[in-house]
Amino acid sequence: MSEVDHSMNSKRLVFVTVGTTCFDSLVRAVDTQEVKEALFRKGYTHLLIQMGRGSYIPTKSAREEGSVDVDYFTFSSSIAEYLKSASLVISHAGSGSIFETLQLKKPLIVVVNEDLMDNHQSELAEELAERKHLFCARPQTLYQTISEMDPESLTVYQPGDATPVAKFISRFLGFADD
Amino acid sequence: MLNLLAVLQKERFKPRYYVAAATDNMSLQKARFFEDSLVDEAGIDVVGTAHFMQIYRSREVGQSYITSIGTTLIAIAHALWLMVRMQPQVILCNGPGTCIPLCAISFLLKVFGIRWSSVFYVESIARVKRLSLSGLLLYKLQLADQLFVQWPQLKSKYPRTNYVGRLM
Repeated sequence: MSEVDHSMNSKRLVFVTVGTTCFDSLVRAVDTQEVKEALFRKGYTHLLIQMGRGSYIPTKSAREEGSVDVDYFTFSSSIAEYLKSASLVISHAGSGSIFETLQLKKPLIVVVNEDLMDNHQSELAEELAERKHLFCARPQTLYQTISEMDPESLTVYQPGDATPVAKFISRFLGFADD
Repeated sequence: MLNLLAVLQKERFKPRYYVAAATDNMSLQKARFFEDSLVDEAGIDVVGTAHFMQIYRSREVGQSYITSIGTTLIAIAHALWLMVRMQPQVILCNGPGTCIPLCAISFLLKVFGIRWSSVFYVESIARVKRLSLSGLLLYKLQLADQLFVQWPQLKSKYPRTNYVGRLM
């Protein structure tokens, strides 16, 4: 295994976001020793958890031997800056979170919340995972996904285009094409 | 929705009325921001004016289906009021169910010979294998002129929809 650089200068942030939801099972899973160590082994140095409405509070810790620095907060008016500075994003399956992260071309693990009723959100995560734009996991399988993942194997998501729909609507209403 | 509006020719589609659910604070704010940027770029003579309105929600997330009947009727009455005021030629909408009363009224008016609006519904990008409840209602009851979906699996399952790729 190649040498992973843990010097003080190269900070590699893992940003975890649950949006406005309560997703204690994800926060718990990320806060376990095994996940933190797996992240460390993959070369990440810092873990920042946006915990939303959750009631489980993670343990803050400064850099320990063999593990990552952990910090958390509940909400922020915009997570764009955190996403931009992250080397890895672990997110709930909200489409806003997912596309905001994909547009920034960040490696992404989407964790599906099985406690939600009518979990149509998992459809989007699974489809994008099948197209290799992100990794998909459940809280119980997060450790495995992190240990086995190769972020280089992901394909960049090409942003969508609303122009075909706009043209269709224009034509349907009888406007001439330009 | 804003992605789609960004590429629609504003001069052709004006004035624009933005209708959001009464309990939704963010959407109208984003719409106002978007409209302000249009005026900044091209001037109000070109892009036309925008109006921002709120409609009562038929059903809040998690609300019981029984009480939803009452709130839906209120929403439909409110929708009728808004439709008469706006008399839109084009209705462009997406889930959630905020749009259903407006689409229903538009359809009822057509039944009575009043053909004001063409109705276009864009299904959420998060809907890959199944339509949302709003999408399904509009599809089965044929209340929309065109129903757009963003994933090919939906086109296979619901042949009368239009697959247009991802909008985001």
